[in-house]
Amino acid sequence: MNELRYVYAVTRPFDGVLPEGVRGLGGEPPRLLDHGDLVAVVGAVPAEDFAEAPLKKRLEDLDWLTATARAHEAVIGAMTTVTCTVPLRLATVCVDDSGVRRLLDAGHDRFVTTLERLEGRVEWGVKVYADPQPDPAESRPGPAAPAEPSAAPASGRDYLRRRLSSRQAREGVWERAEALSRTLHAELSQRAQAAALHRPQDSRLSEARGQNVLNAAYLVPRESSQEFVAEVGRLTPQDRGVRVELTGPWAPYSFAGQAGQAGPDEAGASR
Amino acid sequence: MTAQPTDAGPLAQRQLALVDLLDRLLAGGVVITGDLTLRIADVDLVRVDLNALISSVNVDVPSPFEEEESL
Repeated sequence: MNELRYVYAVTRPFDGVLPEGVRGLGGEPPRLLDHGDLVAVVGAVPAEDFAEAPLKKRLEDLDWLTATARAHEAVIGAMTTVTCTVPLRLATVCVDDSGVRRLLDAGHDRFVTTLERLEGRVEWGVKVYADPQPDPAESRPGPAAPAEPSAAPASGRDYLRRRLSSRQAREGVWERAEALSRTLHAELSQRAQAAALHRPQDSRLSEARGQNVLNAAYLVPRESSQEFVAEVGRLTPQDRGVRVELTGPWAPYSFAGQAGQAGPDEAGASR
Repeated sequence: MTAQPTDAGPLAQRQLALVDLLDRLLAGGVVITGDLTLRIADVDLVRVDLNALISSVNVDVPSPFEEEESL
């Protein structure tokens, strides 16, 4: 079968072995390809999925994309437990091992710089949601709860008044969510070595409650993670309509591409 | 760097949300040309397609907020 080389990540040569039981794409354990002072973490993948034309189609298949993304992440996650790892963009594919060597040559300086910049650092994700209608199942009677939420309105005027106050409550939630996002981002950026903003997530994809207002990532020294997490907790208000979500620690995906982000020509030497 | 097993991290305690993963895998990571590379540098394309996919799946599910917003 025609096989291609999928490149998950680049590291420096390291003592030790890949963690046991790591499975990448197709359930295959990844392999280390040494080249000079860099190592590529690679796997064999079928050309019928990963050649350019089929890949384009495959990427629109959510199930396939999900499986591929999870396999990619599994390898990166395992690698970061043994050494500093620069993750590559999903679906970086070469024809064979010599193609991978050319890729390492082409990106050599950039990989070395990025490895230095990311050494010992992890990424934390922080999201803020505005949720004007918190899940009733999760609601606890609190100070913000209306006194008689289910009583029938006594008159049309009561009804309108209630509609108005519920609309005002919703608008208040938005304002609070946006104010919180600004504060969080300002404070956390100061504690982080770098910050990146992702586009707010579409709730149809995330299936999360409420509307995502802030979707940020922060690069934090691994040893300061505990403080960073505590800070997020400290800045998180008791507010049923505004929710903060923390994810991590991630491999520093959101920071691997910065400072020398490749334009179409930058890595042209691999041609 | 301290070797820390992945399953000690909070992430391992629940499955990673797909969207969080895609934010990072499609918009993060080093972009470099492999000799066969389909450029995913412009992930927006992929995303747009995904959004179209999702909304076509969910087209029959009305948003619970719309009715109130229009008042």
